Amino acid sequence: MADLSTNFVGIKSPNPFWLASAPPTDKEYNVRRAFEAGWGGVVWKTLGEAGPPVVNVNGPRYGAIWGPDRRLIGLNNIELITDRPLEVNLREIKAVKRDYPDRALVVSLMVPCEEEAWKRILPLVEETGADGIELNFGCPHGMSERGMGSAVGQVPEYVEMVARWCKANTRMPVIVKLTPNITDIRQPARAAFRGGADAVSLINTINSITAVDLDRMAPEPTIDGKGTHGGYCGPAVKPIALNMVAEIARDEETRGKPISAIGGITTWKDAAEFMALGAGCVQVCTAAMTYGFRIVEEMIAGLSEWMDEKGHAKLDDFIGSAVPNVTDWQFLNLNYITKAEIDQDLCIKCGRCYAACEDTSHQAIAMSEDRVFTVKDEECVACNLCVDVCPVEGCITMRELKPGEVDPRTGRVVEKDYANWTTHPNNPGSGCAAE
Amino acid sequence: MPNSPLTPGIVPGRLPEDAIRENFSDLHPPMDAHEAAVAADRCYFCHDAPCMEACPTAIDIPMFIREIATKSVDSAARTIFSQNILGGMCARVCPTETLCEQACVRMDAEEDPVEIGRLQRFATDHLMAKNTHPFTREEPTGKRIAVVGAGPAGLACAHRLAMKGHDVVVFDFRPKPGGLNEYGIAAYKSTDDFAQAEVAWLMRIGGIEIRHGQRLGEELSLDALRADFDAVFLGIGLQGVNALGIAGEDLEGVVNAVDFIADLRQAEDLSRVPVGRDVVVIGGGMTAIDAAVQAKLLGALNVSLVYRRGRERMAASPYEQELAAAKGVHIITNARPVALHGDGAVREAEFEYTREEEGTLVGTGETFRIRADQVMKAIGQTLLGAPEGLEIAGGKIAVTGAGRTGAEGIWAGGDCASGGDDLTVTAVAEGRDAAEDIHATLMA
Repeated sequence: MADLSTNFVGIKSPNPFWLASAPPTDKEYNVRRAFEAGWGGVVWKTLGEAGPPVVNVNGPRYGAIWGPDRRLIGLNNIELITDRPLEVNLREIKAVKRDYPDRALVVSLMVPCEEEAWKRILPLVEETGADGIELNFGCPHGMSERGMGSAVGQVPEYVEMVARWCKANTRMPVIVKLTPNITDIRQPARAAFRGGADAVSLINTINSITAVDLDRMAPEPTIDGKGTHGGYCGPAVKPIALNMVAEIARDEETRGKPISAIGGITTWKDAAEFMALGAGCVQVCTAAMTYGFRIVEEMIAGLSEWMDEKGHAKLDDFIGSAVPNVTDWQFLNLNYITKAEIDQDLCIKCGRCYAACEDTSHQAIAMSEDRVFTVKDEECVACNLCVDVCPVEGCITMRELKPGEVDPRTGRVVEKDYANWTTHPNNPGSGCAAE
Repeated sequence: MPNSPLTPGIVPGRLPEDAIRENFSDLHPPMDAHEAAVAADRCYFCHDAPCMEACPTAIDIPMFIREIATKSVDSAARTIFSQNILGGMCARVCPTETLCEQACVRMDAEEDPVEIGRLQRFATDHLMAKNTHPFTREEPTGKRIAVVGAGPAGLACAHRLAMKGHDVVVFDFRPKPGGLNEYGIAAYKSTDDFAQAEVAWLMRIGGIEIRHGQRLGEELSLDALRADFDAVFLGIGLQGVNALGIAGEDLEGVVNAVDFIADLRQAEDLSRVPVGRDVVVIGGGMTAIDAAVQAKLLGALNVSLVYRRGRERMAASPYEQELAAAKGVHIITNARPVALHGDGAVREAEFEYTREEEGTLVGTGETFRIRADQVMKAIGQTLLGAPEGLEIAGGKIAVTGAGRTGAEGIWAGGDCASGGDDLTVTAVAEGRDAAEDIHATLMA
C-alpha cells in the first residue's frame, strides 16, 4: 500500500489530509474527534490577541447554494475568528498535541498589523508544542474591516512585512494563507516567500453573496433584515483554487515552493489534483462540515488505491507532476484536432447534446426521427459542450484525429507537428501574417 | 357473528371497517414538497421529450417538472391544465407505466423513470387546493354547443369550448357528472370524492350547464339537439356489456364487473358493499383488474381472474397485473368460460384450457371448475344507443380528424368514437381537439 506520510516544511503527518482553520477546528472536542477519525493534521481555528475575544453574530452564519438533490456545492460564512478566550485555546492545543504527537497541529493566527502584537502571541503558541503557524491574511469579512485578514493579504508589502516579523520571532515554520480576493495571486505569494515564509496556503474564502431573500429583499444569510458578504467555499470554488495553486506552482519566482492547497476538496481525487499541481498537503473544511469527519477514510483509501494503481509509492512521486503541463493559451497545439463521438449503446436519447449544440453552439449534432443522435464531423469544432451536458458519463467522448486524416470541417489534412498561435499566420505578431 | 372472508354467499362487511378503509386508501399517496423536489431533480429536461410524445394529451412534461423544481408550482399546474384540464384525474389513473414513464429516458439509463404521474398530481393538487381556476373565458361568441356525456371526453370538450367563449350544455343520463371517473375506475385511484371535486373545479370556467337524467334516444334526440344548438359533441362512452354467451349466465350472482365497480364507487360505506366469498372475474382488461382487486380488498376469500389468452395479450398492463397478484388475486390465463353451474345461484364456473394456433384461439378439450358464488363479467363494453344515421366502424362511431363524424355539425370523442385507446387521457385529448375543431368550424 502506498505511503501517504507527509513532511510539509518539516511538519509531519501520517497523511496529507488536514482540516483547515475553520469551525471544525475551533476546540479540543472537535479536534480530538477529527484525529480519532483519522485526519492527518489540523490548522486550529484562528486565534486573536489576548483579552476579550471577538464576538459573532447571533443569527445565521452560513449561506449556501445547492445542486440537484440539495447537494451542497457552495457554502458562505460570516463567522469571525475564534470567539473563545486565547488562554482556553492555548491550553486545549497543548493537551491535544501532547496526546496526538504524530499529527500535524498548526495554529492559525490573526493579530493587528504591529510587530509587537505578533511578538506577544508567538511565544505563547510555541509553548503549546504546536508544529507551526498559519498567518490568516485571508478572511474577507468582519476582521478585514478592522485592518486584518484579507486587508493584509491584499497588500503584498504587508504580507511580506508580517511574514518577516514572524520568521524573526519564532522557530516554528510559517505558512502564509492567501486571500483569493485579489487580481493576481502571484503577487502576495511572492511577497510571502520574500518575507521568508516557509509555505503558502490557499485559497481562503471568496467574497460572496449566496442568495437574495426575495421576500425580505435582503442578502443571505440575513441578520435582522440585513446581510453582508461572506466567504465562499466548498466544491464550487475548487476550479478557482486549482488555478491559483497552479499559477504559483509555475511562477518563475515561486516555482517549487511549498503549497498547502485549500478550496473545495471533497474527495481523494480533488486532493490528488491539487497535489499534481504542486501542493504538498491539502486542507479540507466544507466537505467535513457537510458530511462529518468520517469522509477522511474514503480520502485515505481512495488516494492509496489510485497511487497503487499508478505505481506511486509515496506522495512525492506525483506531487507537481501536472505543473509542467499548465501553460498559456498561446502555446496550445492548434494542430491537435478532435471530434465528438457518441456511443450509441450508452446513449439514453435524452437529446440534451442536440439541444445544446443546435441552440447554442455549432449545429454539429444530427437527430433522426427515431432519436438517434450523431455528430456531424463537418460541423464539429470539438468544443466539448455535448460531453459536458450529457447525463451519462463516457457516452460522448472526443476522438483525436490522426496526422494524415482530413478534418471534414476544414478540409485540411491533420498535421503531425505541433504549432501554436505564436507562429500562426493569423497572428499579427507572428511575423508571417497571412496576406 | 359478523361476516368474515369465510362467510358463504354474497355478503357485506367481510373485513372490519378500518381494514377496508386502509385497503381502499390512496394507491399512490401524494408527494410532499420535499419528495417532489427530489423527484423533479431527476428530470433531464430532454429535447423534444419522449415522455411528452407518449402522452396522448401532449403535456409539456419537462417544462412542468422544471417549474416544480424551481418552486413555480402554479405555473407547473397551468402547463398541465393547458393541455389536459383533467390533469388531476389523469395523474391518478393514467397507466403512466405504459405511457410517459415508459418513454422516460431514465428507463434506458437505469430502468427507473422520473415519477411523472405523481409529480403531475403534486402540481395539480397544489393549484386545485387553492380553489382558483387558472383560465378565463374569451369574449362570448353567441354560439351554443350541446355535449352529450359528462365523462372525460365531454368535460374536456365543454371546458375548451367554454374557454373559447361558447355556451355549452352538457347532457348526461346519470345523476352525477364525471362518467367513468365517477362510476368506473378503482376506488383507491380516486379517493376523497375527487371526481366530483374535479368537475366542480372545472365548471368554474363558467358557461357550462350540466343537465342530468338526459339519455340520448329517450329524453334527447339528435335531431332536436342539432336544431337547438350550433354543434353537437357526442361523448357517450360504451354503455353495453358483452355477454359470455354460455349456459348459466342468468344465474343469481352473475354480474357485470362495471356494475360492481359503479356500485362500489357510489357506496357511502364500503363495508356495506356485498361481495362473494369465491369470486371469479372473467376478462383481461383494466375493468377486470379493478373488479378483482376491489373484490379482494373488500374481503373476498378467493378471487380468480380468468383470461382466455396468455398474459402478454392482456389489455391490463404488467404493472396492473402485478398489483392484482400482490393483492392476492389469482390470475389464470389461457382458459375460456364454457358454463356457469348452480341451482338458482351460481356455484361453480367451468373453463376450458386454450392455446393459440396461428393467432386463433382453440380449446384443448380439458376443462376445470372453480368454486364461485359471484361471477363478474369483464370481457368488454360496447357502443349502445348511438343515434341512427351515424356511420359505425368497428363497433364505434366513425370519426376522422378531430372527431368529425360523417354528419355535419356532429363531432364525437372518447370511448364511443373510433381510434385511440379507451383511456381517460385519450378521451380528454379527443374532447379537447374536437372542441378546437368545433370552434374553428363555427368561427370560420
